[in-house]
Amino acid sequence: MAAPYDKNDDSVVVIIGSGAGGGTLGSELAQKGIDTVVLEAGGRHEIPAFSNDEWGMFGQISWLDKRTTSGTWRVASDFSGLPAWIVKAVGGSTVHWAGASLRFQEHEFRVRSEYGNVPGASLLDWPLKLADLEPYYARAEDKMGVTRTNGIPGLPGNNNFKVLKAGADKLGYKNCHTGRMAINSEPRDGRAACQQIGFCFQGCKSGAKWSTLYVEIPKGEATGKLEVRPDSQVLSIEHDAKGRVSGVVYADKDGNQHRQAARAVCVAGNSIESPRLLLNSASSKFPDGLANSSGQVGKNYMRHMTGSVYAVFDKPVNMHRGTTMAGIITDESKNDPSRGFVGGYEMETLSLGLPFMAAFLNPGAWGREFASALDMYNHTAGMWLVGEDMPQESNAITLHPTEKDQYGLPVPNVHFDDHPNDVAMRNHAYRQGSALYEAVGASRTFPTPPYPSTHNLGTNRMSENARDGVVNKFGQTHDIANLFVSDGSQFTTGAAENPTLTIVALAIRQADYIADQMAKKAI
Amino acid sequence: MAITNEREKISRREMLKTSGAATFGAMLVVSGGIVACPRGAWAVQSKALAPESMATLIQMARDIYPHDRLSDQFYVQAVAAHDEKAAGDKDFKRMMEKGVAGLDVAAQGKGAARYVDLGWEADRVAILRNIESSPFFQTVRGGLVTGIYNNQAVWPLFGYEGESASKGGYLNRGFDDIDWV
Repeated sequence: MAAPYDKNDDSVVVIIGSGAGGGTLGSELAQKGIDTVVLEAGGRHEIPAFSNDEWGMFGQISWLDKRTTSGTWRVASDFSGLPAWIVKAVGGSTVHWAGASLRFQEHEFRVRSEYGNVPGASLLDWPLKLADLEPYYARAEDKMGVTRTNGIPGLPGNNNFKVLKAGADKLGYKNCHTGRMAINSEPRDGRAACQQIGFCFQGCKSGAKWSTLYVEIPKGEATGKLEVRPDSQVLSIEHDAKGRVSGVVYADKDGNQHRQAARAVCVAGNSIESPRLLLNSASSKFPDGLANSSGQVGKNYMRHMTGSVYAVFDKPVNMHRGTTMAGIITDESKNDPSRGFVGGYEMETLSLGLPFMAAFLNPGAWGREFASALDMYNHTAGMWLVGEDMPQESNAITLHPTEKDQYGLPVPNVHFDDHPNDVAMRNHAYRQGSALYEAVGASRTFPTPPYPSTHNLGTNRMSENARDGVVNKFGQTHDIANLFVSDGSQFTTGAAENPTLTIVALAIRQADYIADQMAKKAI
Repeated sequence: MAITNEREKISRREMLKTSGAATFGAMLVVSGGIVACPRGAWAVQSKALAPESMATLIQMARDIYPHDRLSDQFYVQAVAAHDEKAAGDKDFKRMMEKGVAGLDVAAQGKGAARYVDLGWEADRVAILRNIESSPFFQTVRGGLVTGIYNNQAVWPLFGYEGESASKGGYLNRGFDDIDWV
């Protein structure tokens, strides 16, 4: 068979979502000759449709469907209808991601053993080790063209990096560089080198940044074995009498519903929509939702400990010039409980344009204190703090009891409370970030609260035992052999690192596994 | 609401001659449905809200996000959307007018006839702090976040350079040009 596929064709693998997980998996399967249909809820906006316009692109590509929030996290009051800042478009959040591509550390795959019992946390060791993932990390880095791997030079440091580096040196940090970035520092894989445009979050106009939209998906489509159907929002996954998934029901952009038959289904809708879909697919056979015999679907929602520090100097910085996140300090990413918390965090350069600074520097703030900070916009440097947060069973995606979406389905509620460990880590990170900038002469620093979540993780977690989680070490659900989870929701724990490289590595590994299982007729 | 260049469209002398012209603070002149800057920089015709209310909203906008380098015209543009919306939404218009009236009542408690007559920013800000959780305040403030900061005309005043892809990015235009660190 060749794409496009008939909706009754039950030999196809159906993937829901086209981001780092789904887009990579679809391309990998197609390149193995497996007939694959990717259903993407959002539209297909290619590079010419990108613009260097923060709010314009936000409106064009963000996932803005109705969601509710609860819990004590500040996002719930600052952005009550926008718990997550992720993308609804072909390419998913690889359209707006910053490009930071870090491997997890060895101990971060076995944190329950490493950290011991942390009260209130549902820590669990991953069912795989770093060594299991290393070959796939290597393939992912090559595929994505990650700088400082495969002989690819680092990106040149921009102004924001220069400030970060000077502060790192003053504080005695040893590991500061322009990052391992999936952004071409030189032409590679048919794509140009970075032009230092800025606006990494708005879609890369030069295509230097890796995205499934224009890197993986076209390679899959070129095989004739991959069909990507945009504007196709999956509403439910169906199963047969034996309890194996058999197809999905989706709505097109006019709201018309279709059914696509499937040999296997892979869910990669990010950590809010993926569990929501499994829960919304409840049936008489699976009254608590698909793959939910453990009761863990939607639980253990993680969003990384995050925060930012911005600092004002007497001289210009112009942080908006150039790559948004090409700068990192990894010294704090180790596990050193003497700091008052377990786990670690990364310090990464970050810049926002004036429109987003106004919205995110201190949401809701006003008056001269706030305005005078923005008055110094071009004298401002910034960093993002991203660290491991504690999984908690009560942090969860649940179906709202009354609110419905445009298709009449319950909307997801995102509940989150910081764990005391998260708070201790954030306070430490704020202190270190402020001290770093003060060491370079900052006149003011701003401990900026978390943005709506960009790293959404853990809501269909991977576990050795079926009772502890939703999927096994290949992302295959414990309950249903031909149902997989292929995004960051399968993370057992979050680690300190930006998640995309690990999502891609897991997707490559899962593609090998699915091909193997299909060859053995196991699925 | 149309924003006109006062020098082209309105004779300031004509306006000040009009009987009943009222001056609010030192800043805004309201006359014949028009809010104008006495320095002659701009004037604006309100659509739905009372011109006095527009003048108050403009002052309120500056008090919420005070940028001394921004001329009034940017605040005028930022609150124009509320006037537009009030023209087609009676409830919204009522909320705006009631909100402004509330500010004036609070100002009277401080010995001024109207909010805009309070000479010190701190006195006006104290009034705003008392109502900052109200839908009226939050609507005005929320609108300003994009109304001011997403207005491309203000970006150069903050040193934000906006779109860069069409200029080849900053690779050859100063992405690493600071020399003070």
